Amino acid sequence: MTDASRPERPAPPWALLAELTHACPLHCPYCSNPLELARRSSELSTGEWADVLRQAGELGVVHTHLSGGEPLLRPDLADIVAAAEAAGIYTQLVTSGTALDEARLAALTAAGLRSVQLSVQHADARANDRIAGRPSSFAAKEQAAALVRRAGLPLGLNIVLHRDNLDAVGALIELGVAWGADRIELANTQFYGWGLLNRAALLPTRDQVTRAHEAVEDWRTRLAGQVELIWVVPDYFDGVAKPCMGGWGAVSLTVAPDGTVLPCPAAAALPDLAAPNVRDRSLAWIWERSPAFNRFRGTDWMTGPCRGCPRREEDFGGCRCQAYALTGDPARTDPACAFSPDHDLVRRLSEAGPAEPPPPYTYRRPGAAPVAPA
Amino acid sequence: MTAPEREWCPALPPALTLRHDTVRGTDLLVLPERVVVLKGHAGTVLGLCDGTRTVRGIVDALAERFPDAPVATDVPLFLDRLHREGWLR
Ligand code: SF4
Ligand code: SF4
Repeated sequence: MTDASRPERPAPPWALLAELTHACPLHCPYCSNPLELARRSSELSTGEWADVLRQAGELGVVHTHLSGGEPLLRPDLADIVAAAEAAGIYTQLVTSGTALDEARLAALTAAGLRSVQLSVQHADARANDRIAGRPSSFAAKEQAAALVRRAGLPLGLNIVLHRDNLDAVGALIELGVAWGADRIELANTQFYGWGLLNRAALLPTRDQVTRAHEAVEDWRTRLAGQVELIWVVPDYFDGVAKPCMGGWGAVSLTVAPDGTVLPCPAAAALPDLAAPNVRDRSLAWIWERSPAFNRFRGTDWMTGPCRGCPRREEDFGGCRCQAYALTGDPARTDPACAFSPDHDLVRRLSEAGPAEPPPPYTYRRPGAAPVAPA
Repeated sequence: MTAPEREWCPALPPALTLRHDTVRGTDLLVLPERVVVLKGHAGTVLGLCDGTRTVRGIVDALAERFPDAPVATDVPLFLDRLHREGWLR
C-alpha cells in the first residue's frame, strides 16, 4: 500500500486495554462494555493472555489497564499481572472494588501491580448502590480504597457523571480526598452501547453540567498540587467532538475477553468491522495490517466538514461509534461537533431537557439489552 | 549549596518506573496514566537516582562520564524540577 498520508508502518501502540472478563457484580447502566457481553466460556486462558502481553511488549506497548467487567473475578489475575510485568508493561488495575481483600492485593502487588483505579457511582452510599444495581457495593469500595492506600499504591477514582450524580460532584471530590485518591477522573457519560440504551435516564440538563463544571474548576484550584482532577467533556453539550482514543489505531488497542482486538472498547458495535482476534492472528499483524485498524487511521477516510478542517489532526473527526450510533454511517463527522451537518440530532436532545419522571434504568446484565441479529 | 540539597538522595517513588524502550529507542519514565519520553541524557541522570547518591554524588558521577558538559550547574536544577513535579523524592 502506498499512500502519502498513511505510513507503510503505523507508529507502535503505547497502551493496551485488557478486558479480562465481561462478568461483573455491578450493573451500571452506562457501562462501556458492548451490549452483547462475552460469555465466560469464551474467555482467553491464562496462557493466551500471557502470550498477548508478551506480543504487546514486543510491539511497543508500555501501559496496560487490566479491566473488565470486574478483573478480580479472574482467579488468575496475579499471573496475568506477572506476565505483563515480565513483558515490561506497567499494570494498572481498574476495579469496582468488590472482592478485593488484603491477601489478594498483596498477591497482585507482589506480581508487579503498580496502581489501582476504583470506580465510584455516587458519594452517597444508598445512591451509589442504586446506580450500581448492587447493595453494599459502596462499603466494599471504601474498604478497597483503604487497602490500596495501606499497600502504598497510587489510587485513582473513576466516576462516570450523569443526571443522577452531577449535582453531587463536589461531594464526590471530597470523598476522593477523604479516601486518599491521587487522581479523580470525572467522565461525563458517553452515549453509545449501554449509555445510549439508557440515555433518556442519564442525559443531564445543561444547567447541571454547567454547575458541575464550575464546581470542578473551583476544586481544581483548591487541590492544586495535591490531587489531580480530570474532567472528561460532555460532548453533547460542548459542541466539540472528543478525540477518539487519540486517533483510530494511533495510541492504543483493546483486547476483549474472547480475544477480539478493537481500536476502542465501543467499536464492537460498528458494522462490517471484521474485528480480528488474537486466536487467529499476531498482534503485530492486527495493529499494522488488519483492515479494522486501518479503516479510520489517519485522515484519508474523512468526509464532509472534517476533510478540510484545521482541527482534524487534534480530534480525528470525533467518535466513530457515536457517528454510527446517531447517523448510521461511521465515516461521518461526529454529530457532537457543531460543524457536523447532523449536529441538530445532538442539539435537540441536549436542549429538550430530561424526561420527567426519569425512566428506569436498564441495568447492564447479560441478555438485558436487545441485540441486533447477526 | 544549601544544607538540604547536600543530604537529599533523590529516588523515584515506587509508582514510577524508569525503563529503556527498545522499540522506540528511547528512555521512558512511566507513571499512572502517563508516559514521559526522556530526551537527551535525562534517562542517564535518573538512572543514578537510586536513593543512595546525594545530588553531589550524582553530579560527580556524571562529570566523570561527560567531562565537557555543564553538569554541576544543570543537573541540580533538573533534579529540583523533577522533585517539584513529584517524580523524585
Ligand atoms: S469538523 Fe471534524 S475535524 Fe473539524 S472539529 Fe468537527 S469533528 Fe473535528
Ligand atoms: S469511535 Fe473512537 S472513541 Fe468513539 S467509541 Fe469508537 S473508537 Fe471509541
